[in-house]
Amino acid sequence: MSSPGGTEHDTWPLWEVFVRASRGLSHLHAGSLHAPDAELALRNARDLYTRRNEGVSIWVVPSSEITTSDPDEKDAFFESPKGKRYRHASYYTEAEGVKHL
Amino acid sequence: MSETSFQVSIGEAFTAEDISETVEAPSKQLAKYAMRLGDDALILAQRLGWWVARAPELEEDVALCNIALDQLGHARAFLSFAGLAWAKTEDDLAYFRNESEFTNAQVFEQPNGDFAQTIARQFVVSNYQCGLYIALQASANSTIAAISAKAAKEVDYHRDHARQWMLRLALGTDESRKRIIEGLNVIWPFVDELFRDDELVEGLGASAVPPSSLRADFDKATLEVLARCEMEVPQGFVARGGGRQGIHTEFLGPLLAEMQVLARAHPGATW
Repeated sequence: MSSPGGTEHDTWPLWEVFVRASRGLSHLHAGSLHAPDAELALRNARDLYTRRNEGVSIWVVPSSEITTSDPDEKDAFFESPKGKRYRHASYYTEAEGVKHL
Repeated sequence: MSETSFQVSIGEAFTAEDISETVEAPSKQLAKYAMRLGDDALILAQRLGWWVARAPELEEDVALCNIALDQLGHARAFLSFAGLAWAKTEDDLAYFRNESEFTNAQVFEQPNGDFAQTIARQFVVSNYQCGLYIALQASANSTIAAISAKAAKEVDYHRDHARQWMLRLALGTDESRKRIIEGLNVIWPFVDELFRDDELVEGLGASAVPPSSLRADFDKATLEVLARCEMEVPQGFVARGGGRQGIHTEFLGPLLAEMQVLARAHPGATW
C-alpha cells in the first residue's frame, strides 16, 4: 500500500542560516533547517531564528554548497601560526616618539 | 467613542494586559464588534494549534504555530477590550460562552482537513484580515486602531506564508494540485459571509470598517494568486453564513468543547 509521499518521502534539503543581529555587525551562523526551496528556507529561518527579535537580515545557503575544511588536516590548516608571535601587534616594541599608541 | 489614556504608536507592542488595565470601556455596540474580531482570531488560533507536531515537516509545525500564536494575541487583545463593556475578562469570554454566543464568521471554524485545506483556509482568511486590519488602523477608536496596527504586520506575513504554499501546492505534483483545488472548494462557500454588512457595523460609523468595502481588494489579491496558481475561483456552490449571529456549522461545537473543557473543569485556575 502506498500513500502519497509515503515510502518515497524525501526529506527536504538542508540549509544553513546566517543572521545579522543589527546594522554594522556581520551575519553569524545561527543554525540549520530543512526547506523545499530558498524562498521557504528564508521564511522558515525567520520563524525559527528571529522569534525573539534577534535579527535585521537573514541569509540562507544550501548546506551542500558549503565547502568545509577537513578535520583530519587540522594540523596543516591551523597549527602553523603557533610560534609566529610576530603576527601579533603585541610582538613589537613601541618605537620612541610614537604617541597615542 | 472612548478616549484612551495612553498613546500607542503604529506597530508598538500593545498587550492584552495594557488594555484591561488602561483602556476605557467601549460602548456595548463597539464591544460586540471587537468580539467578532476576537472570535475570528481565537477560533483560527485553536484550529491552527492542532497542527503542532502534525505538520508535514518540523519547520512547518513552527510556522503554523507561530501564526496560531499571532492570532491568539489578536484574540486576547480584542476580547480583553470587548470584555470591559460587561466587566468580563478575556478568559470569561473565551471559555465561558456557549456556541451560539460566538460571533466568528464560519470560515474560521472550518476543519483543518489536510494540509492543503488548511492552506486554502489560510489563503482566504489572511487576505481578508490583511485588508481589514490595514483599514482598521484608521478606526476612530484608538484601541481598535492600535490593536489593528500591530495585527496588520503579522497577518501580512500570514498572507505571504499562505501564498507561498498555494503556489507550491498548485504547481507541485498532480496530488498536491488535486488537494489544493479540493481544499479551496471546501473553503470558498464561506468567503461571502466575510464581506456582508449588517446593522451593527453600520451603526458604528468610523470606528468600524464595513466588510463590503474590503471585497474589491480581496478579489484582486486572491485572483492574482489564483492566476499564478493556474486555478479558477470555485463556482456552483451555495454561499454559507450566519456566524455573526451565532449560527454555526457542526464543526464549532467540538472545537469549543476541547478548547473550554479545562477552564470549565477548573474555573479560575492559573499556572
